[in-house]
Amino acid sequence: MLGHIQSEFRYYSCGSMMAKMNVRGNEMMDDLCRDLDIPFRRNGSFVVCLDENEKAGIQALYDRGVKNGVPDMEILSGDEARKLEPNLTPDAVCVLYAKTAGIICPFKLNIAMAENANVNGVDFRFNTRVETLKKEDGFWKLRTNNGEYKARYVVNAAGVYADVFHNMVSKKKIHITPRKGEYNLLDRNAGGIVERTIFQQPTKYGKGVLVAPTIHGNVIVGPTATDIENKEGVNTTQEGIDELTQKATRCVPNLPMRQVITAFAGLRAHEDHHEFVLGPVEEDETFIDCAGIESPGLTSSPAIGEYIGNMMRDMMHLQNKENWIATRKDILKPSELSIEERNELIKKEPAYGQIICRCESVTEGEIIDAIRRPLGARSLDGVKRRTRAGMGRCQAGFCSPKVMEILSRELGLPLDEITKSGGESKIVFERTKGLEDK
Amino acid sequence: MIEKKELTCINCPMGCALSVELEDGVVKSVTGNTCPRGDAYARTEVVNPVRTVTSTCIVEGGDKPRVSVKTASPIPKGKIDEVMKDINAVRAEAPVKIGDVLIKNTAGTGVDVIATRNIEKIA
Amino acid sequence: MKNYDIVIVGGGPAGLAAAVAAKKAGNDSILILERDKELGGILNQCIHNGFGLHTFKEELTGPEYAWRFIQQVLDLGIEYKLNTMVMDIAPDRTVTAMNKEDGMFQIPAKAVILAMGCRERPRGALNTPGYRPAGIFSAGTAQRLVNIEGYMPGREVVILGSGDIGLIMARRMTLEGAKVKVVAEVMPYSGGLKRNIVQCLDDFGIPLKLSHTVVDIEGKEHIKAVTIAEVGPDRKPIPGTEERYTCDTLLLSVGLIPENELSQKAGVEMSRITNGPVVNESLETNIPGVFACGNVLHVHDLVDYVSEEATRAGANAAAFVADGCKEEKPAHPITLHATDGVRYTVPSTIDTDRMTDQLTVRFRVGAIYKNAYVSIYYGDERVRHTQKRIIAPGEMEQVILLKDDLKKHPDLSDITIKIENE
Repeated sequence: MLGHIQSEFRYYSCGSMMAKMNVRGNEMMDDLCRDLDIPFRRNGSFVVCLDENEKAGIQALYDRGVKNGVPDMEILSGDEARKLEPNLTPDAVCVLYAKTAGIICPFKLNIAMAENANVNGVDFRFNTRVETLKKEDGFWKLRTNNGEYKARYVVNAAGVYADVFHNMVSKKKIHITPRKGEYNLLDRNAGGIVERTIFQQPTKYGKGVLVAPTIHGNVIVGPTATDIENKEGVNTTQEGIDELTQKATRCVPNLPMRQVITAFAGLRAHEDHHEFVLGPVEEDETFIDCAGIESPGLTSSPAIGEYIGNMMRDMMHLQNKENWIATRKDILKPSELSIEERNELIKKEPAYGQIICRCESVTEGEIIDAIRRPLGARSLDGVKRRTRAGMGRCQAGFCSPKVMEILSRELGLPLDEITKSGGESKIVFERTKGLEDK
Repeated sequence: MIEKKELTCINCPMGCALSVELEDGVVKSVTGNTCPRGDAYARTEVVNPVRTVTSTCIVEGGDKPRVSVKTASPIPKGKIDEVMKDINAVRAEAPVKIGDVLIKNTAGTGVDVIATRNIEKIA
Repeated sequence: MKNYDIVIVGGGPAGLAAAVAAKKAGNDSILILERDKELGGILNQCIHNGFGLHTFKEELTGPEYAWRFIQQVLDLGIEYKLNTMVMDIAPDRTVTAMNKEDGMFQIPAKAVILAMGCRERPRGALNTPGYRPAGIFSAGTAQRLVNIEGYMPGREVVILGSGDIGLIMARRMTLEGAKVKVVAEVMPYSGGLKRNIVQCLDDFGIPLKLSHTVVDIEGKEHIKAVTIAEVGPDRKPIPGTEERYTCDTLLLSVGLIPENELSQKAGVEMSRITNGPVVNESLETNIPGVFACGNVLHVHDLVDYVSEEATRAGANAAAFVADGCKEEKPAHPITLHATDGVRYTVPSTIDTDRMTDQLTVRFRVGAIYKNAYVSIYYGDERVRHTQKRIIAPGEMEQVILLKDDLKKHPDLSDITIKIENE
């Protein structure tokens, strides 16, 4: 998934929640990533202008960025830009360079925040779908597929489904369209083709796609933007794949699209007014929306948390927690240690001497850590998103049977109950021979 | 009775489409082949097609849950299903040595099913 | 950590044969590093028969074939380490590896033999549109689950790609009670052996659809169906030819890629065609003392040829060490050129002083040729012209060059191998 921390100047009108949250979120990111031990790099971004006649648009973006409070921007000529990014197209006439833009692993950011919430007392119920929601005797009653829950306050952060829940409690309807974004991820061999996140200037011919390094050294290309009906429609399409190739090579002509290792799609929760819907619904201050969170949602997320958190503290008259745990340690990465340190570690914990994922050099020790930590991994994807095991060029061909074995052992589950990603995503069905082993 | 059978030669990537004419089960002619190997293949494949069956058997108390096996020599093609039934019903005990006979005379073919790998016993 | 003359990276068929040959050539300081928990490599999961006709003059299964070599390694007392991953090979031939018992360790080897094998192309590399549910496996992963772990990935199977592993798995899954609905192959011909098409598909009535590919994958959590369409000569799907197959398993057998991450980090020069190292007549890479053999060098279809090639690499590595690890370039190297339908040759260069009396040059073609000629040119002069009934991309070809013959052409600098129609 794309992990682009925007230094926003782009499409958000001045004074909008999007603009405010985005600038604040960007500001908060360094401290947050330090506290939660997440890799984050301010690699900078380019918005590339490919047409002499569109140069004024770049100036307008710059001006808007200044008004929105975005620091460290600069307009570069095509040649200046190519000095920094030699693979940028010769057609680039100028670029807007935003130095505070950055990249992050979005899985890590989410998982780290969840783990931190968990150790500070937040309970999580996974595989629990809220079916109905109503207010009774001053309490919200939430009926789910896993029983009923009662709450004084409800925060609606249901992504593309946020309109469904909002509309259950409010007469002032909102409407969210799933806006599909397809991405292609390229092998690390393609890494280094760009240093910065390369956007195309949006023009009357439409929006381009970005080409960016990921924090792990791959190259990501995307997203497309297609409005769809299906709130679960995270499939990729041939049209999307063709569009990515065609658009991405406009800014970076020698992008090696043959080195794609995986493709995926996500859905942005696009509210009709293209604005974050943050705060209580009109009818009831105990139902609080965090709806319509599309791009720049990832960048904004800590700011949204702060904003909603402060709001709820005031409403509920909350006190700061005394034994608040502010920091978290990420999964130990032996590859960042010296040989001596590594050998010390292996002596204490031999599992760190066994490589499981050969493409990404992930050890058994890291996988065990991912499973045993707070809100630990329960599936192949859970392990993958925490450790990168299976995220490399062989796409889990070799390591998935081994990771399944470790999950099975650690969780005390038979192999045929291990899933790719929860729910119905079982990987193997039954034993061969139609017989259970004794 | 005259019978005609079509098959694909497996001797080389040409994969010639072979036509075999049989009269009362005796091969009368082979056509479609481009070399003598095709003729020879057609004659045996039509009259008596045989296959080596390879699979796995359950093994208990071993360092692996399955042991790979094969029929010690090719068996009639029509017997594959019956041989698989035999194979699926076996529960071998570790240790197993390569070549160990796990089924004698499988499906009445006169052929044994033997282990094709070693399985160590675990304590 | 003890030092060794020869470190062999990989304990599959290539590594085992290389080790045996190096030992027989007189070297007593050999270490095999194997990442899996047993020797034998991928052969252990290839439980079907058909291995060893050339080497042992009998048909063996994969584990049996591997065992013949493992036995020799054990009998000869060759050392090996299991569950050990090589992390790095330096240009000075220092090998860094790691396991639970020894931790991370380095061996300054006099010679290194690359025998890491290959991996399967994953779905991602095809960029097939659709969802990304559970139930999609590369054929080899499914093979491991079924044959080694004893688990079935599913009951209703579609296979994309007609490589040999895909064909073999069609039969395996069928024998284990699954229904294999169709095998789709994007090319107009199968890359698999005819024998496998007949005995793995035809025997069980499994249709093979040539010039067809998967254009959509359904099912958000677990795969529910795929859509298959015919492709045109440009390999693009033809609208209107779509057919939907419900299934709970999709197996991919769409090509193998030599695993050369370590070689590349070491600075080994790579061929863009084979994705393997560029080697000379001794199967030595551009780094003196670093040899390559087996599927890491170029993907083979017969393990017998892997063993034969690895035997040469092992003997050459031993000779390199016995010779004092001399790093001299040949005075008059001959370059081998692959043109007119020939995609590559292994080796790429020949030093006539170092070559054996007979040198096997292996190559593959890019299309199917019927009644065409394999021609060898010394410079501009055609010296050999051999007609073949069929030459196909799926089957590796070879020619043998004679040392005596090459010595008669002392000024020869270029040899070309090509396919000619007349």
